[in-house]
Amino acid sequence: MANIISDETMEYVGILAKLELSDEQKEQAKKDMARMLDYIDMLNELDTSGVEPMSHVFPVNNVFREDEVANGDEREKILKNAPAKKEGSFMVPKTVE
Amino acid sequence: MAKQYETVIGLEVHVELATKTKIFCGCSTAFGGAPNTHTCPVCTGMPGSLPVLNKKVVELAMAVGLATNCKIHQFCKFDRKNYFYPDNPQNYQISQLYLPICYEGGIEIETPAGKKIVGIHEIHMEEDAGKLIHDEWEDCSLVDYNRSGVPLIEIVSEPDMRSAEEVIAYLDKLRLIIQYLGASDCKLQEGSMRADVNLSVREAGAKEYGTRTEMKNLNSFKAIARAVEGERARQIELLEEGKKVIQETRRWDDNKESSYPMRSKEDAQDYRYFPDPDLVPVIISDEWLEEIRARQPELRTEKLLRYKKEFDIPDYDAGILTGSKRMADIFEETTALCGRPKKVSNWLMGETLRLLKEEGMEPEELSFSPENLAKLIRLTEDGTINQTVAKEVFEKIFREDIDPQAYVEEHGLKTVSDEDELRRVVEDVIAANPQSVSDYRGGKKKALGFLVGQTMKAMKGKADPGVVSRILTKLL
Ligand SMILES: [Zn+2]
Repeated sequence: MANIISDETMEYVGILAKLELSDEQKEQAKKDMARMLDYIDMLNELDTSGVEPMSHVFPVNNVFREDEVANGDEREKILKNAPAKKEGSFMVPKTVE
Repeated sequence: MAKQYETVIGLEVHVELATKTKIFCGCSTAFGGAPNTHTCPVCTGMPGSLPVLNKKVVELAMAVGLATNCKIHQFCKFDRKNYFYPDNPQNYQISQLYLPICYEGGIEIETPAGKKIVGIHEIHMEEDAGKLIHDEWEDCSLVDYNRSGVPLIEIVSEPDMRSAEEVIAYLDKLRLIIQYLGASDCKLQEGSMRADVNLSVREAGAKEYGTRTEMKNLNSFKAIARAVEGERARQIELLEEGKKVIQETRRWDDNKESSYPMRSKEDAQDYRYFPDPDLVPVIISDEWLEEIRARQPELRTEKLLRYKKEFDIPDYDAGILTGSKRMADIFEETTALCGRPKKVSNWLMGETLRLLKEEGMEPEELSFSPENLAKLIRLTEDGTINQTVAKEVFEKIFREDIDPQAYVEEHGLKTVSDEDELRRVVEDVIAANPQSVSDYRGGKKKALGFLVGQTMKAMKGKADPGVVSRILTKLL
């Protein structure tokens, strides 16, 4: 493996992803990430000069909706998916800026 | 000598677009619904839901871009901005990083030192977040996703402004352009226009920019001006003390007139943007662009010139009338109905401005109908009511949008033109004011004015003062 993921990077990625990993999981994740980066390095060896960057895997564009209200009040259905609810709202741990 | 500092300011302005539905789903954007009644699997980030772009959003964004002299990326796409916060149900916000719809524009502002261009770096389309309500009793927050997915454009300026005045001039101009386009109502208090201020200071003449901070939570022009002054002073003080400005996001507290750093999103400044695979690229053909260009309405500068030319309205008045889209609309519609542009302008420049000031209201909040103002003008033109009564009726129109014709009938406010009736009232007034009568006869011509006033009062204003004066002179 050419790429080596440092402990700091592992820590940082964990913070960004809001994941708490055990030491073994961290070691495994470091190996996986290094392999991914190696694969990207391999792709980078290809000469892509003159090739348009691809924005989407399907050759489709301009898929639009007209600006017309199509949905009604489905609060009860939507809130069925909430882990916790109160007063018609999703309930989450107190989050204050 | 004390060091001279220059303030460098750039703005990020979010504007809620005036669409009926959200940017990626058919939920209503109407204000004031009960929590989560305008939601669906898309705008609550349910797995497997598919966002589909609202065409109107693209068209409004293009319109704003064209009106602010931007270039248009005719191939543009959406990216995901990743962060965790409960107001953002998908854990990413759909936005545009790599190919924003508009770029490299600018608008001209007036400053005490003359005209100046404020550059626009880019305008991109994105979705709004939900609203968090912090529960007072329990240790929890409640999330309402009614605003989640409401379409926004973010207008990012270049760091071209140097003072609070320039910031306000820029915002004012931008707001007018967007209101004229009908792309948003741009109400700061209600949050349909929000400005974040990026500010740094540097020693006068320095080439490099200083470290900047970003200020949030600014919901009036006055708060923005105070925040600019406050942050400038804070940064200069740090530098004077030999300390460093830390690059951070700060929240302005307008009551305390000070700011404090925001912490919660601090460790998530790395947004790891990537193209949104759920959304296909938007290709704007030349034809589509031309169609939008052709549909652009008359903007303020053109309107101002036209008012002067077409209606012979003085420069200052034309400036006020076109200074608000609502005011300009009322002026034009009323003029079209009654054909008396000068009279309409007088009502707007006089009584309307006076009442707005009295009520502490903005012109955008005017709610009376052009039909009723036009009717009022006709009633004064044909002599049905006099100016004093008209002012009283106008106040009713201003506040309650009453039909002046019905109101005048109902309250018996028509000017009394029956000379016999007037003569009887004048005779009573003469009898009741012997002192003024003898003053007048003794040569004090001013006493006539008093007697006219007394007669008008007795008539409850429903007389023509000229006619009253004539009858008085005759009888005295
Ligand atoms: Zn929805």
